[in-house]
Amino acid sequence: MTARSICSLSRALKAVWSDRLALSAAARVHGAASCNQRHKSTYTSIPPPARYGGRHTVTLIPGDGIGPELANHVRELFRFCCVPVDFEVANVDSSLASEDDINNAIMAIRRNGVALKGNIETNHNLPPSYKSRNNLLRTTLDLYANVMHCQSLPGVRTRHKNIDILIIRENTEGEYSSLEHENVPGVVECLKIITRPKSLRIADYAFRTARERGRRRVTAVHKANIMKLADGLFLECCKEVASGYPEIAFDSMIVDNTTMQLVSRPQQFDVMVMPNLYGNVVSNVCAGLVGGPGLVPGANYGEDYALFETGTRNTGKSIANRNIANPTAMLLASCLLLDHLKLHAYASMIRRAIISTVTEARLHTADLGGQGSTSEVVQSIMKAIQSTGPMTLSI
Amino acid sequence: IQSLCSRSFSTGLQTVTLIPGDGIGPEISSAVMKIFEAAKAPIQWEERNVTAIKGPGGRWMIPPDAKESMDKSKIGLKGPLKTPIAAGHPSMNLLLRKTFDLYANVRPCVSIEGYKTPYTDVNLVTIRENTEGEYSGIEHVIVDGVVQSIKLITENASRRIAEYAFEYARNNQRASVTAVHKANIMRMSDGLFLRKCREVAENFKDIKFTEMYLDTVCLNMVQDPTQFDVLVMPNLYGDILSDLCAGLIGGLGVTPSGNIGANGVAIFESVHGTAPDIAGLDLANPTALLLSAVMMLRHMGLHGYGKKIETACFDTIRDKKVLTKDLGGNSKCSEFTAEICRRVQDLD
Repeated sequence: MTARSICSLSRALKAVWSDRLALSAAARVHGAASCNQRHKSTYTSIPPPARYGGRHTVTLIPGDGIGPELANHVRELFRFCCVPVDFEVANVDSSLASEDDINNAIMAIRRNGVALKGNIETNHNLPPSYKSRNNLLRTTLDLYANVMHCQSLPGVRTRHKNIDILIIRENTEGEYSSLEHENVPGVVECLKIITRPKSLRIADYAFRTARERGRRRVTAVHKANIMKLADGLFLECCKEVASGYPEIAFDSMIVDNTTMQLVSRPQQFDVMVMPNLYGNVVSNVCAGLVGGPGLVPGANYGEDYALFETGTRNTGKSIANRNIANPTAMLLASCLLLDHLKLHAYASMIRRAIISTVTEARLHTADLGGQGSTSEVVQSIMKAIQSTGPMTLSI
Repeated sequence: IQSLCSRSFSTGLQTVTLIPGDGIGPEISSAVMKIFEAAKAPIQWEERNVTAIKGPGGRWMIPPDAKESMDKSKIGLKGPLKTPIAAGHPSMNLLLRKTFDLYANVRPCVSIEGYKTPYTDVNLVTIRENTEGEYSGIEHVIVDGVVQSIKLITENASRRIAEYAFEYARNNQRASVTAVHKANIMRMSDGLFLRKCREVAENFKDIKFTEMYLDTVCLNMVQDPTQFDVLVMPNLYGDILSDLCAGLIGGLGVTPSGNIGANGVAIFESVHGTAPDIAGLDLANPTALLLSAVMMLRHMGLHGYGKKIETACFDTIRDKKVLTKDLGGNSKCSEFTAEICRRVQDLD
């Protein structure tokens, strides 16, 4: 056996062993894994990325508004960098009442395991039988954790500096259960559901992620003084999980105080975990604090699938097809996608180029106060990659 | 219309029920009374205590003399109340809300010149529905480990709050009203709220009406709060947004708040806590209660006095010579109060 083959053999064995360790750590959480049990391969809890001929297939849902143009830029960039990813496009027409489109998209995601999407518009004047397509995707695929990392970027002028907050939001239940009824005409009830298994699951995800990324504190955001049973249960589950991670500090804060603290002193927060609606509010506040909806990517993780999109999920109807949208959020989301597919070299290369472009004020798009266009930004990113990176296609 | 309802007695004085509250409540209430005296405002204060007592039938209620005073004067000014943990009765704020059907919580958030925050030029008003929505307190355990909490939206409450919002906008020369909702997800409940707002908007064509998603409002609020004017919304969103806006201008220590009820009742209050650690030490900041009292004067139609006291207060803060500890100075509450009184008298 040559030295090189011994090295590669030991590396392969190390990979299997670290998977085993991860598996035993995951098995410690009782109850959380009991939901959504299916037959799974036993050697690892994370399915290996689908590679056929060395290339990955990723479902792409362009969506509405600025979605299609940003999706095209992602494709353009990936082709330029020779990233081994093929996109399977699944168009979802939000104007149709039938759910065939979204069901086909869901099937495509199940097939490929990973997806990148733009926001699908929901016309809120339609009757309740027309469900939000985005919500349908998240609940059907059980993408229970929405992760948004809000970081101050150099070169972007904001009122607050040095923000580094990781927001982990429960993505499938809570206020977004879409269970409403009108018992008496003129009186509508909307149910907010909080369950023990899902709360444990998201809390465990938060602490696990905090540990993996070397974070020191997790803050649970709630309103348990008013919603004593519902948010009380959520808080209790967080406390239970916290006891299993002694090296990570845990505290809690009421949501209205949280928003007040965020606009005065956001540097005090590290990792935050919360139910669905508060997650919506807090993630939008944090995105606004670091520079706006055009800069922050978002990721939705489930047991078996992962879905990447812009963090604040805006359709951007008013700026669609005018070449003024900020592509940073979508491109950073595609880097998260590459990280998930374990194509780390490509991910870091593209991310470095994006960050260097964002620091240049002359290339800032309208949302950052500049006059740059989307294509200028993408061109600049490609130039940055070409100057530093390995072989790429010519521009 | 509530804002024109003023009950003057033969002496020209108007009675206001004053609830000093707990902790720093008494000292900031006396500070406000001193300032009003210096301004020669035609207000007669009637002090009352609202600690809950058990009435006939075993139900908790506020003392009858307090209720009687409020019903007669219709206007109240309240300091911070202690939330009892094991006293057996619900929070006093909740009791007051139920007794007088205080359906609208109004918080005008205006940047205070001289108290620097990262946000300048904030000038908006949040109007929050205060009786139903997510805070109905209706919760059940379905099975062990599954809890449901009910959010209640009714046509009447939505129409009432929308009407109040538009009337407030009209009476205070505000240009637009924005309804904040999440009807893309909560189609029926927020949809009903939105429909009622639209219906009421038809009768107020002079005010611009827009709708915006809660997340978009939050996103835009922290980037550019100047684009918002009057915001109307159900209970939970109102709670979060009103505290967010209070944070923009400097926190609960400088934010006024008013609760409007049915039958012309209005109670203005400071929304900060009782601060038991500094109670009785003459260190408290009366600004929140004072600005709420100014809001009360405007509600009663006494705009002149309101402007005078507000100007004196803002001038004192802008000058930065006499400031309480939380505003960045090291003066006592009595010194701060005296300074404002002096300015008020100078303005005459």
